[in-house]
Amino acid sequence: MNALIYALLAVGTVFNGLGALALIRFPDVYTRIHGATKCTTFGSIFSLLGVAVYGIWQGGGMGGTMAVRAFLALIFLLLTNPTGSHALARAAHRSGIKPFRAVVDRLEEKK
Amino acid sequence: MRRVAQWTATAVLAFAVYLVLATFTGPWGLWAPDELLAGLVIALVVALATGMFVWARGDWRVLQPKRWLLFLVYILGPFPLAMAKANLDVAWRVITGKIRPGIVKFNPNLKTDLGRTFLANSITLTPGTLTVDVDEGTGDFYVHWINVTNESPTPEDVCGPFPSWARRVAE
Repeated sequence: MNALIYALLAVGTVFNGLGALALIRFPDVYTRIHGATKCTTFGSIFSLLGVAVYGIWQGGGMGGTMAVRAFLALIFLLLTNPTGSHALARAAHRSGIKPFRAVVDRLEEKK
Repeated sequence: MRRVAQWTATAVLAFAVYLVLATFTGPWGLWAPDELLAGLVIALVVALATGMFVWARGDWRVLQPKRWLLFLVYILGPFPLAMAKANLDVAWRVITGKIRPGIVKFNPNLKTDLGRTFLANSITLTPGTLTVDVDEGTGDFYVHWINVTNESPTPEDVCGPFPSWARRVAE
């Protein structure tokens, strides 16, 4: 069981690390949001699954509470993250930030 | 009358979420009495404060059990699969730096707010695609795509099975 928890945490950490690397490597705000999305999806899904498995393994009231709340945190994260990313991207585009080296920008053409 | 229905539906949903949050606080994995009381008060306050906004556009179809079941299938099957693929793809792009970004436009023909929100959230949650804007009049989606393969794509090019699922679950 310990091995499973460590594996989940390791996968989560690797994806979170790649997300952080994406923030440095990618050229503009939109592509960096792609990198941040990666953190929230696979990074936190696997980390929180690790917490949930640990909770189930511990058992009892404490462990059960931990597992249930980890799942709830995951659900709320997945519901609210896209809303925030979208708000950031829309605000960036409205304030006139062009996507870097974009091959096409249909939203700019619309205006 | 409509107000009361809105408040009641919101209070019941908020209370259900609170019950899940507070499991295992009492004996036998149930709820402690003070937790139930706190949950009731919080659910009522939340309902009175937000009830009229939650159902403002008359989206009562969220409550149909059939849609919940379909949503559960979606969240356990096609969605994680697409997300896993996109995650690995973007991970590879982070390492190699091979990107071809652009904002593309497509029209998935969704009419309701619920369907559009559903699809936009699914798109944004998948790494590599990001909903920048939705035209409320025509229903056009403007999506920032990290690897533009087609400058005038169909909805299926950008987000695979998501539009048909959005139609099934939310329309």
